[in-house]
Amino acid sequence: MSETKRVLMQGNEALARGLVEHGCAVATSYPGTPASEILAVIKALQQTEELPMHVEWGVNEKVSFEIAYAASQSGLRAVTAMKQVGLNVAADPLASAAYLGTVGGFVVVCADDPGPHSSQTEQDSRLMAMLYKVPVLDPSSPAEAGELAGKAFELSEAFRLPVMLRPTTRVCHACQDVLPGPVQRLNRIADFRKEPSRWAATPVHRYRLHLELNEKLVKIAAWGPTAPSLLNPRSGGKKAVIASGVAAAHARELLRGLGLWDLLPLYQVFQPYPLHTAFIEEILSSYDEVLVLEETTGVMEMQLRDRSRVKGKLSGAVPEAGELLPEIVERTLAEFAGLPLPALPIPPTGGGRRPTLCPGCPHRASFYAIKKAAPQGIYPSDIGCYTLGLNLGGVDTVLCMGAAVGQAAGFYQAYRITGQQQDIVATVGDSTFFHACIPPLVDAVVQGARFVLTILDNSTTAMTGNQPTPAHGTPQGRPVNIQELVKGCGVQFCRIADPLDLPGFTAIMKEAVAFARNEGVAVVIARSPCLVDRSVKQTRRGQAVVQGEACIGCQICTKQFECPALVYDPVAKKVTVDVMICTGCAVCREVCPTLAIGAVQGSMFKVQC
Amino acid sequence: MTGNAQQLIISGVGGQGILFITRLLAETAIAMGMPVLTSETHGMAQRGGIVVSHLKIGDYSSPLVRPGQADGLISLKGETVALHRHFIRPGGWSVANSVTAGTAQVTVDADAAALALGNPQAVNLIVLGRVLAVPGLLFCHRDEVERTLAVKLAAKPKLLEGALAALQAGGIDSTEISSC
Repeated sequence: MSETKRVLMQGNEALARGLVEHGCAVATSYPGTPASEILAVIKALQQTEELPMHVEWGVNEKVSFEIAYAASQSGLRAVTAMKQVGLNVAADPLASAAYLGTVGGFVVVCADDPGPHSSQTEQDSRLMAMLYKVPVLDPSSPAEAGELAGKAFELSEAFRLPVMLRPTTRVCHACQDVLPGPVQRLNRIADFRKEPSRWAATPVHRYRLHLELNEKLVKIAAWGPTAPSLLNPRSGGKKAVIASGVAAAHARELLRGLGLWDLLPLYQVFQPYPLHTAFIEEILSSYDEVLVLEETTGVMEMQLRDRSRVKGKLSGAVPEAGELLPEIVERTLAEFAGLPLPALPIPPTGGGRRPTLCPGCPHRASFYAIKKAAPQGIYPSDIGCYTLGLNLGGVDTVLCMGAAVGQAAGFYQAYRITGQQQDIVATVGDSTFFHACIPPLVDAVVQGARFVLTILDNSTTAMTGNQPTPAHGTPQGRPVNIQELVKGCGVQFCRIADPLDLPGFTAIMKEAVAFARNEGVAVVIARSPCLVDRSVKQTRRGQAVVQGEACIGCQICTKQFECPALVYDPVAKKVTVDVMICTGCAVCREVCPTLAIGAVQGSMFKVQC
Repeated sequence: MTGNAQQLIISGVGGQGILFITRLLAETAIAMGMPVLTSETHGMAQRGGIVVSHLKIGDYSSPLVRPGQADGLISLKGETVALHRHFIRPGGWSVANSVTAGTAQVTVDADAAALALGNPQAVNLIVLGRVLAVPGLLFCHRDEVERTLAVKLAAKPKLLEGALAALQAGGIDSTEISSC
């Protein structure tokens, strides 16, 4: 069915639609901002268009990659989508797949997060593409993300190798009016052709495959459909600007605003690696000075070999960290063109508010209990909403997906060999547990490490928009039980409890801490549903009410429990309830030392149950 | 200003429905035949942190509004006016959800209005209703926004009814326009 009306599409939606419109048959992903929406859109299209596809939330990025790659080896078009740090998890298969090559078009969508807005790093995945020698495409807008999705399949099938499509946050989470295209039905059948010297290549074959890959890259650097484009052909002069990604979108708008549109040639690069060979020669032979605008590293700049004429990140003309915001691009362009520099507006400092666990979030109760059970503990934590346990003092470390378990074991061993007893209570989410915590848990059991692992099980991948976890199962598969997995790893203490029952949960946490001091790894599964998960049934609960005369203004509920629905009034020296957001979880009633908090029944707040 | 290009900043706190009204206005612009670009906040900030949307209607290519270029600022929580005022161009406007007149040029106590409606989640549409009630601020009129709502919520008549009521409640608020 083709549609003829322009519709508002988020970048991730346009990209996902572009993939499906071009015959994508298998799609896999692990959620992560800013890539999370891609798979949900593909799944919705699969259903509305009744397409014979396999679409799955994989257990992690590596597994997701391998599932999609096998589909490509079978001749089908496939995509795997992830955020930039997810590519670190999937780096191993990517490196090898670049050598082995593909059959059906294979696109690796890797969404970068310059800023960073919601990530551990600002890494430029185009460098990963260079490292592993796969071509990478860099869209500048939602509409272009959709177009390049189709070109990525075409490129992958023309040269039989994985193609990276690298949008950034300002493409993924921008929205634009886009014209949807018709969905192609390729009607291919899976047809894996055995070729052991390729698909199971030993090192002697790998050398040959590396030579083959290098030859492909030479040809890709001359491939027409992804060649750079001069956006303002009427311009002239001895200076030029090269831009890719959203920096090209900023530059396009700003050159007009600065009156430079007819004076300064602007080239948009769609394929930053490998940069087109003829383009490099043309640029270096036509212009005395070249400004390169790209996020986040000087990937194109590095490929322009004449350092004396090229200005960019490596030369110091463009900042090497943070987003290339339009106000920065404007100043950089003005400086390059010799115009007076526009004033850089200074945004207000201070103010604002930090993100916090939602009112009524069960994680808040879990952290409060952990602090009660092991007040002197070290608290390794992980990636998810519960990173915000930082605000309560319940999180001491955040490294990468799954690291809480490995670090907990590492802290134990470091203290053990220096003759010290140390309580260690790690926290990981349920989705993170499946993603990367099982190997370190096995390791901890084998090595005799002693710590408590609290699995904050809210039955969803909450931070990224409530994607399912393996504990949900799928229509065609079976759910995987967290408790059985924990026991299967050899853990001798495994209890499930509801953190919203604060006294009962705290007692179990204390048991777990005692077990970990004397015996080994103890696991507590803190099970209570996410309040913002719309798939869970809603109920009404009575909101909290503070009896003013009983409140002594100790601020335990606002500082140590840190509920945003409880507000301390410094004038009255009392706490009040923000009825706009209190969800009636009632945990604060247990936290208040003077029993000043009660509940009103029949309040309007609806929450999941 | 109807029919003209417009750049807007919409801000507040995660959970207030900033994305909803950003997309509502963007879809209204498309229905009126204008190109749009927006930029949204997702991820950790949505957990009660500061959320800001950029909305550009007209012939633009960058999804971000530069400081000093916004025609208007819509704040769903008055405290964000101080954080995002630097986006407003000279002569631009601001509308905020606040109990304190003077927080922005136009204020509305949308929290109280939402509680009066029995719908704490309606703050976003109440504030938008207030913006639409001041002639000439937005590129569109209330009836155009209502038509978009009717399309968006066609399958959810109860939600649509609540949304239209919220839009109207914002419009009949009698708060003064003060200089700012």
